[in-house]
Amino acid sequence: MHGSRRDFLKLAGVTAMGLSAATLGLLGDGAQAADALPQAADFANPLTAKRWAMVIDTAKLDEDTMEKCIHACHSFHNVPEIAGKQTIKWLWKDEFEATFPSERPDYLSEDVKKREFLLLCNHCTNPPCVRVCPTKATFQRPDGLVAMDYHRCIGCRYCMAACPFGARSFNFQDPAPFIKEVNPIYPHRTRGVVEKCTFCVEHLAQGQLPLCVQASEGAMVFGDLSDPDSVVRKVLKEKFAIRRKPELGTEPGVFYIL
Amino acid sequence: MYNAKFIIPGLIVFLLLVLFPFVKGFGTPEMKVELEKPKTAKQCVLKTEQMRDSHMVLLNEWRDMALREDKRVYTAPDGKKYDISLTNTCLQCHENKEKFCDKCHNEVGVDPYCFSCHNLAPVKKEGGK
Amino acid sequence: MLEKALKGSPRYFGMLLACLAIMGIGGGFYLYQLNHGLMITGMSRDVSWGFYIAQFTYMVGVAASAVMLVLPYYFHHYKAYAKMIIMGEFLAIAAVIMCLGFIIIDIGQPQRALNMVLHPTPNSILFWDMIVLNGYLVLNVVIGWTSLMSYWKRMTPPGWLKPLAYLSIIWAFSIHTVTAFLYAGLPSREYWLSAILAARFLSSAFCSGPAILLLLTLLIKKLTKFDPGKEAVKTLATTITYAMCVNVFFFLLEVFTSFYSNIPGHTDPLIFLFTGIEGHTYMTPFMWTATLLGLGSLFLLIPVKWRENREILVPALIMLVIGTWLDKGMGLIVAGFTPNPFEKVTEYLPTGSELMIALMIYATGGFVLTILWKVALEVRGEVEGKL
Repeated sequence: MHGSRRDFLKLAGVTAMGLSAATLGLLGDGAQAADALPQAADFANPLTAKRWAMVIDTAKLDEDTMEKCIHACHSFHNVPEIAGKQTIKWLWKDEFEATFPSERPDYLSEDVKKREFLLLCNHCTNPPCVRVCPTKATFQRPDGLVAMDYHRCIGCRYCMAACPFGARSFNFQDPAPFIKEVNPIYPHRTRGVVEKCTFCVEHLAQGQLPLCVQASEGAMVFGDLSDPDSVVRKVLKEKFAIRRKPELGTEPGVFYIL
Repeated sequence: MYNAKFIIPGLIVFLLLVLFPFVKGFGTPEMKVELEKPKTAKQCVLKTEQMRDSHMVLLNEWRDMALREDKRVYTAPDGKKYDISLTNTCLQCHENKEKFCDKCHNEVGVDPYCFSCHNLAPVKKEGGK
Repeated sequence: MLEKALKGSPRYFGMLLACLAIMGIGGGFYLYQLNHGLMITGMSRDVSWGFYIAQFTYMVGVAASAVMLVLPYYFHHYKAYAKMIIMGEFLAIAAVIMCLGFIIIDIGQPQRALNMVLHPTPNSILFWDMIVLNGYLVLNVVIGWTSLMSYWKRMTPPGWLKPLAYLSIIWAFSIHTVTAFLYAGLPSREYWLSAILAARFLSSAFCSGPAILLLLTLLIKKLTKFDPGKEAVKTLATTITYAMCVNVFFFLLEVFTSFYSNIPGHTDPLIFLFTGIEGHTYMTPFMWTATLLGLGSLFLLIPVKWRENREILVPALIMLVIGTWLDKGMGLIVAGFTPNPFEKVTEYLPTGSELMIALMIYATGGFVLTILWKVALEVRGEVEGKL
């Protein structure tokens, strides 16, 4: 496409507004566009891809938006709120040095120094966590997503040791007492299994974008990296984006525009 | 035989212990469990006899279909389509775990751990909580 | 032959009861962990492996170390080890049982452990670890029991024993190499990401395992009339000394590569261990103690006159065991996870419950070892007329 940057931003903005409008429903916490029960018909038109990826425009994310994204994810997926070092998080924020430690930042620009970044599972193309799982409880789907099967996980935490990005959390105890408001549509987990961001597979199956993308007000885009016409490819053509710890060769699927 | 005075009584005690449950249950009526049937639906995903015998097999198949193969719709033999979900589909109709699921499970002494993760009170079909 | 374990002195039964008591107490803590989860340990989202896995790593080394006796005895016909060989094989059995025990208590859903068999995953090193550890257990049980049984019946052992013993030599190297591969192939943990980790594991195993065996044998010599023989002790002590020299050398190689290249991923864990980073110095006492004890043990072991003096050998071996244990059983795992992927430090120390549960596994190993060694000693006494 020969659209200008301006046209693209217009398109992204309208899409984001449309999605946010649906998301800003009056249906309570963790609401998604269809908070009512999913029916069989809802799964008729899933979003498909050969390789899902996400681009985060970090300059567009402010504290409030990031909180909205984290809240959207954690409240829908019944992620417990556990304080301390045995915490569980699928999506969280941190500063530059923690997000990009290989940069070994010195003399950062003022605004990047103050900026916070959203961190999540990178759904790598070459995931070390999948390589080491002894039961295939974590596995790579044909669309590039790194998925979790909580039924099969034996809780050996080898995947947690293997993940270079610290994206995985272990249920050291029963999470149920720590879930603020249980979302009945989505299960929670039990003690003794590892969990992480799933790129909202259940939403993709219903033709919807991941919850954090929906809540991000256009700062995050999500699409098929192998499709040259997808929104992620378009953004990546126009803006320079980096990934976390690229030297390890895991080929993360989350790009950050600084 | 050697030690016959220990072995014969030992064998008799063993037989008594092993046959005790059968002796005790002899003559009692067949086990009957009163399940509270769903109020709204008349038809389950599969026929009742099939469900009674193999709902656990179906649930295992559902688990692998939804999670591992990303197939989230199940087409029953009669052609109806269902969203693969323990909470959102099964518990939609079978609302009360104690009056339905537990009735049989307690009687036969099984303790499935499904509900340590899958929620008990689904969102109602009409929308809203 | 096992019935020989049913009769013994009050001291023997006292030992068995003590082990059972500790197993019982630890078992109580383990039940609590089963019901409430691993939250009772000191592990965290950042340091997700801890004391249990560290003990597993150390005991795999002890299990593999039987090869230091098997190789000379079976392959090179070194007859001086004739009395010690069965003790080494039985120690390996107890050690592998402890390894498997440490894995079971560490995983979050132990009742699902068989998922590793139901869904085999050859690309996962943990899968191979399960295979080689269980294989090694079977090998040692078969070889140990058959050779002891043949000796007891005064028969020549069956023809398949020698090939199995040769297999166990290679298998012993493999169990600790595979365990090292658990760590050495992870791109995420720079402290472990080194080809020499497997070699370090083996060298540390080959000094600490035989040291434990020698210490226990000398203890048995005090408690019973069993004498392993002067030459066996001498050779084993020499083996231990060489292995410890290699162990220290390999560690110094790591230090060189880390600090000469000055790559932070390599230097940070070492700095953390030996001087602490950002005020987190809780590991430094352990590591410096390990260094002092390790070097001290070498200082005492290298001079031949001292090594052959039991009064000096025993303390030196104790120092060696503690030093290598602090390095592998305390430092290795924590340093792999520190600093975390976000360049921060999350402290880890085992909790009391964690230690009690680990003690339960150690007591299980002690229980198995006591019984097996009792059988071996009784058989020897019967065959030779004396120990």
